Amino acid sequence: MERPSVKRKGIKGMKNIKETVMKYVFLVCACTSILAVALICIFLFANGIPAIGKIGVFDFLLGERWKPGNNIYGILPFILGSIYVTAGAVLIGVPIGICTAVFMAKFCPPKLYKFMKPAVELLAGIPSVVYGFFGMVVAVPFVRDFFGIQLGFGGDGSSMFTASVMLGIMILPTIISVGESAIRAVPDSYYEGALALGATHERSVFRTVLPAAKSGVTAGVILGIGRAIGETMAVIMIAGNQPRMPKGLFKGVRTLTSNIVMEMGYAADLHKEALIATAVVLFVFILLINLLFSLVKRRGING
Amino acid sequence: MNAIIETKDLKLWYGDHQVLKGVSMDIPEHKITALIGPSGCGKSTFLKTLNRMNDLVDNVRITGEVKYDGRNIFSSDINVNELRKEVGMVFQKPNPFPMSIYDNVAYGPRTHGICSKVKLDEIVERSLRDAALWDEVKDRLKASALGMSGGQQQRLCIARALAVQPKVILCDESTASLDPISTGKIEDLLIELKSKYTVIMVTHNMQQAVRISDYCAFFLLGDLIEFNRTDTLFSTPQNKKTEDYITGRFG
Repeated sequence: MERPSVKRKGIKGMKNIKETVMKYVFLVCACTSILAVALICIFLFANGIPAIGKIGVFDFLLGERWKPGNNIYGILPFILGSIYVTAGAVLIGVPIGICTAVFMAKFCPPKLYKFMKPAVELLAGIPSVVYGFFGMVVAVPFVRDFFGIQLGFGGDGSSMFTASVMLGIMILPTIISVGESAIRAVPDSYYEGALALGATHERSVFRTVLPAAKSGVTAGVILGIGRAIGETMAVIMIAGNQPRMPKGLFKGVRTLTSNIVMEMGYAADLHKEALIATAVVLFVFILLINLLFSLVKRRGING
Repeated sequence: MNAIIETKDLKLWYGDHQVLKGVSMDIPEHKITALIGPSGCGKSTFLKTLNRMNDLVDNVRITGEVKYDGRNIFSSDINVNELRKEVGMVFQKPNPFPMSIYDNVAYGPRTHGICSKVKLDEIVERSLRDAALWDEVKDRLKASALGMSGGQQQRLCIARALAVQPKVILCDESTASLDPISTGKIEDLLIELKSKYTVIMVTHNMQQAVRISDYCAFFLLGDLIEFNRTDTLFSTPQNKKTEDYITGRFG
């Protein structure tokens, strides 16, 4: 009589212990990523903020000259460089990305889709150094010969324009896949309702379905912007990296990310701290973009 | 009786499954025609065939004829968008677009090339009045349509359908998701509308068919069993199956 009840109790007890243990395992896992973010934050701000103080907030953020040899650390050229290159990437990547997303969700024949979807996923998986290499051996010479020489814009090919185009391509997969799922999430009843009013397929898609997917598509664009502004390797390889104020579309430019990578190897003292402070600025940019992302997402949920 | 839509031996398959087995029916103009029958009998499919919304379904095959205004709607010289402009549709669940009330109603006219603000204002007001919604929403035309109640949303969908000035309105169980009061409003509205439009409605609610329809068609397993004036069909059904259904013996 006793045995079964003991046995049951034993199993129950074991289950409880197992559940408790697993609960803490998961908790530790969850804490790891939070801890990582927190540590990075603390490290960045602890090392970067004092440097900004030493250099002076305005001299640092709005200074137009970066001359580590003379202890002049103004990062405005890089802030502008990052913004310009990202804006260029958005101009190129967003229209193409959104149109591709619409095509894949609403126009693509199933046979073609079977090739397109993996192709877009592959595009997302290509390491940025490969993009950079492609840019270096194909895009840079092309821009130099065609835009620089034939059209007379000048420059040696490594330029804001080249970097923008390459980044525009790099953010495509993000915009396409997020945009596509947002468009697919729109209830069919909107599409059918528009058709029933005599709208064509195209009009139903562009005037009803796409506006309904607006917040999701915007979220994709913002993620793309985040990727573009944080991209380093590809930009270094094709943007020219001159530490001066951006001078034109076909002239070289240096971004926040490339500034850090270019000089971190040999920097010391205040120079090194100034580079970390550059990372702080970049980090703040990313924080703002993420904030914008969650705002847009929340607005989408609330309708 | 002047028929606005005539179907002749209409057969329809979804893949291998035959849903309509030869439906011939003349639908009278300026009347309300109700389609009744148990679930899966093909009445909704029949309705969706009339403005070719079935074109959206993969693997659909249709034979036979549907004549709207004397012309076969499956012939190649028919512009399906023009057809849907003439033969509008109100769905089972209200499906207002996620935009303002005004833009919802103006969507159809804009689609068909009307962009003058004055004209659009006029159409929006007239359509909302016709759908008995104007007084409730005239002060918040710019508000989102998604903030309205279910019954209001459905009347908005009717207004949206009216705005393109159709000849025929197809209602696919359009009151099924609404409460009795909203249903009553929409029924009154449909009776109002029949002076200007022809209404064809699918309903599961036989009392509703009795209350508002002039003609009634009983479908069973893809066949049109009986089609007659509603009062005749319900008082002296000609077919045993119809009698069984309307007296509640099955379905």
